[in-house]
This record gives sequence, C-alpha cells and structure tokens, in this order.
Amino acid sequence: MNEIVCKSIAELRGLLLAKQVSAREILAAHRQHASELEPKLNAFNCFTFELAERQAERVDQMVAAGESLPPLAGVPVALKDNICLEGYPTTCSSKILERFVPVYRATVVDRLHEAGALIIGKTNMDEFAMGSSTENSAFKLTCNPWDTSTVPGGSSGGSAVAVASGCSVVALGSDTGGSIRQPASFCGVVGMKPTYGLVSRFGLVAFASSLDQIGPLGRVVEDVALTLQAIGGPDRRDSTSLNAALPNLLTGIDSDIRGMKIGIISELSADGIDSEVQNSVQAAAATYRQLGAEVSSVSLPNAKHALPVYYLIATAEASANLARFDGVRYGYRNLEAQDLLTMYCKTRQEGFGPEVKRRIMLGTYALSSGYYDAYYKKAQQVRRLIKNDFDQAFQNFDLLLSPTSPSVAFEFGAKTADPLQMYLSDIATIPANLAGIPGISLPCGFGQGGRPVGLQILGPLQADARLLRAAHAFEQATEFHKMKSPVLSAACARS
Amino acid sequence: MISIKQVEHVAKLARLSLSDDEKKLYTEQLAKILEYFDELKKVDTESIEPMAHALSVVSVMRDDEPKECVNREQLLGNAPAEENGYFRVPRIGE
Repeated sequence: MNEIVCKSIAELRGLLLAKQVSAREILAAHRQHASELEPKLNAFNCFTFELAERQAERVDQMVAAGESLPPLAGVPVALKDNICLEGYPTTCSSKILERFVPVYRATVVDRLHEAGALIIGKTNMDEFAMGSSTENSAFKLTCNPWDTSTVPGGSSGGSAVAVASGCSVVALGSDTGGSIRQPASFCGVVGMKPTYGLVSRFGLVAFASSLDQIGPLGRVVEDVALTLQAIGGPDRRDSTSLNAALPNLLTGIDSDIRGMKIGIISELSADGIDSEVQNSVQAAAATYRQLGAEVSSVSLPNAKHALPVYYLIATAEASANLARFDGVRYGYRNLEAQDLLTMYCKTRQEGFGPEVKRRIMLGTYALSSGYYDAYYKKAQQVRRLIKNDFDQAFQNFDLLLSPTSPSVAFEFGAKTADPLQMYLSDIATIPANLAGIPGISLPCGFGQGGRPVGLQILGPLQADARLLRAAHAFEQATEFHKMKSPVLSAACARS
Repeated sequence: MISIKQVEHVAKLARLSLSDDEKKLYTEQLAKILEYFDELKKVDTESIEPMAHALSVVSVMRDDEPKECVNREQLLGNAPAEENGYFRVPRIGE
C-alpha cells in the first residue's frame, strides 16, 4: 500500500472515485510512512491523526453515498505550526507557546476541511518563522530528506520535508521573506507565495503583518494550484484579504506560453549566486525559449537594497506583534517574579530563543526615538523604490525569473554563527514580499551532492494564475519533478 | 555604532532581561548588521512617500452584529494563572 504516498491529488481522486482505495486507506498509508520517517527527519511537532481519521471517515461516507467529492477529498495535508487548529498545540516552535492550545481555527483550516482534506500534523519551523534553515526551532532539528546532513531551509522547513518525503501530499507554510519558496527550493518541491491578501491570515500567528502570506507546497504544480484554489479568496475575518473573488487557477494552467515575455533579473544572476545555481537558471531560461517565450535580461536597480529594507521593516513589525507574549493570557510565564514588570522581562527572556530576541532588539531599536527616521522610515521609502522597479519591469515583461536561493541546501551549523550570512540566503525571495507580488519556486536542477536547485518565477500583483501556468509549462517540459528524495523513491519502489 | 548602554536601553523597551553575555553578543552583532544596513543612507529618497503596506489599505467596515464567541472558561484554559474567572498577575505597584 506504500505506493499511495507517491500519488498526486488527481491520482488519489481517481482511485477514490473508482473505489480502488478509501480515504481511510490513504490516511493509513501516510500515517505509517510518516511515523516511520519521523525519527529520522523530525519534520513534525505533533501529529493530528485522530482528526484526520474523522475527516477520512466523512470522505468515505460521501463516496459511499455517491455524493460529488470536494476538490481535496482524501488528500493528506500538513500545517506549519504557526497556523491555528483548535484542540492541538500551536507552538510556532517556541518555548513561549509550548503549551498553547488555540480555541479557534484559522480560515485556511476551515477551508481545507470543507475541501475534504485530511490534516495529519503540525510541522516544525524556525521559531516564529524567523530563520532560513529551521535550526531556530526551540524543539528539534529537521533534516533535508535529500541529504540528512543538510538543512531543509526555512522557516517552513518541516512543511517542505513533509511533502518531499511523502508524509503528506501537500502542506501549508507561511512566507514573510521567502519562508515557503526557499525550503521548497532546498527540498526539491514546488512552493508558492501568493499575492499578498489572496489567502486569509486569520489564525496565522503574526510575524510581520505587511509581509506575511500563507501558501501551499506540493510535489507538482497542479497540486499547489488545487490547494491554493481551496484556501484562497476573501475573508471577512482578515481585513487585509483581497476583496476580489479568487480567479479559477486551474483553467488554462496547461495552455502554452508562446509569446510570453520573461525577464531574467540581472541583479540576481551574478555576484553572490553560486555558479551551479546560475547554470541551472540559465538552462531554465533556455527551456522557456524553446517553449516559445521571449526571454531577455531586466534590471531592478533597487533590488540590491532589499535585504536591509526587509530586515528593518520585518523586525520593526515583529517587535510590535510579539509584544503580546507577556505571560499573562497564554503561554509560558516565569512564576518566580514578584512584580509585574519583572514577570514580563523574565518571561520573555526565558521564553524566546536567541534569533527571536535578536530581531526584537533590532526592530525595537529601528522604531526607537531618534532612530525612526534614519532606519524605519528610510526602509519604507526604499521599499517603495523597489516596488516601483517591479512596476516598471512589468510594463515590459509578463513574468520575471531568478534563482530562489543563492545556493543549494547547506550543512547544519554552516551559518548559525553569523546572522548576516543567514539573512543573505533570502536575498532573492525578499523583494516579492516587499512588493506584495506572487512568487513560486519549482525544481530546475541539481547541484553538488545531488542537492536540488529551485527556479523562482515572479509576476505582477494578482497574476497568480499566470505564474502557475508558466510553472506548469516548465514542469511538463522537464523531468526534475519526477526525481524524488531517496526516502520517497524507496517507498515508491517497494510497491 | 551601537553601544552596550543603548542595547540595555532597547532591551528595557522590549521587556527582555538579557544576560551580560547576551548584551555583549547583541552589541557586536547589531553593530555589524546596522553597519551593513548603512548602505541605505546612500539611496536618494527625497520626496519618496514611505510604503507601509503592499496594497492600498482602506478601513474595512462591517455591520456590528452579535455572534457566538469563545467562552471565558476556554480562554482562561490557556492562562498561566487565573482566579475567579480573571487572569491573575503578580503585584503591579508598591
């Protein structure tokens, strides 16, 4: 029954409709596979199999009654552990929320449930989504299934590993500066940050509210599109969600891309990008030419400033958002403190890990009296210049291309001593968050030791369907998505 | 250059009782990060409107309708300390 863990959403649907497999059998196969792999990969903070069991039962009843099946019927899904699901801990991989059990669920969880998905667990992440390797988790180190001596990327590292290893078919992550796309790139899967506001943030623990966006990860583009279709669209409970109805992301996903104008971002094609990554992206550009696209270079002159702009804005917003963790209403509290102020200071000192404290410090400094104009305001002004660069580029191009990350997955500990080096691994993904535009990462090659390389495609605001179409065209023309991580290909071969 | 005194001040604003080692480490690391960020000073932003949000944000109004919400017991279930249906905290003043 192990071959079940290799299937796509469409394949599972076919099997369910033909009554060749039940939702409960799909769940059982994934449960067994995930339970076997967990000691090796550490992708999950907790499993929610009892919930998935009830959801599977519901799907099987629908099949038995001959009802039409919802779009994600019987599809095992993993959730990043910053997305609230009532009745199970939502920890953000932080000591301060270790025992926090939300009393409500996120809008995306409601929508997954309505779509017939089976929620199998909550995935490990960098604490409060702050990091690029999942090494900042307060609980455990998640391993990359392609090479367990390397990191899975971050901050949605557990979600990328769940998908790449076959524990779940798709997963949800959150992307504030690349936290879906960069781990997708490191783990050889597809990961998408939709247009800001396309997916409701209600029930997502906030990191930097003007940048955060929930999005899907999957092994093929179609699975990512189907999942986004299920979770996206306006939500009254998130006043920053886009008011426009969600377009159909599947219609036209397999039409050709002849005549499409694609720009390669020159600032992200040279210095600071490993040559093996550059080569894969150049080869991807050649593939697009063969598919009939017009590909040429484009300059985003202010993109080089994205890193400081991002780390000033994101940390400033985080320092405000994380003020709520004060030991009063939920989460960890230092119980020895004799007065309120000492309780606040000790609770936060003991509850937050080193990177979270570093960012709260940086953000508080950037917002503090005397430095606000020099840092925070300046960063917001340069943010607009970066957005203007994109606006200009999209007057001449339909889509833009770049690597997702400057390198393939690195070894544990390689960048933990120098925060700035870790921040630099987000250089290619950050600009999209600043501008609010959609971005997708998909496999486009392999570097040293067979480690996956990711191609990033960016589009204008609300061009999510166009992005998926271009990603799908590339996938159909190449074989990279057929390469599976060793633990998944072993499971598929056993069948 | 950020000083250890400034780090102490910022830690107080952020309600973090940093250890001496952390104060030293963050002083060094923040100095290095801020030095790198100084490249922004070279960018001409004269008359550029600051951008706080990716989309043009408007106030979203909705009808004020009573709805079912989470009850007090459930909410207090996550509290580190509670008493008589309230959050209990240590002494606030003298």
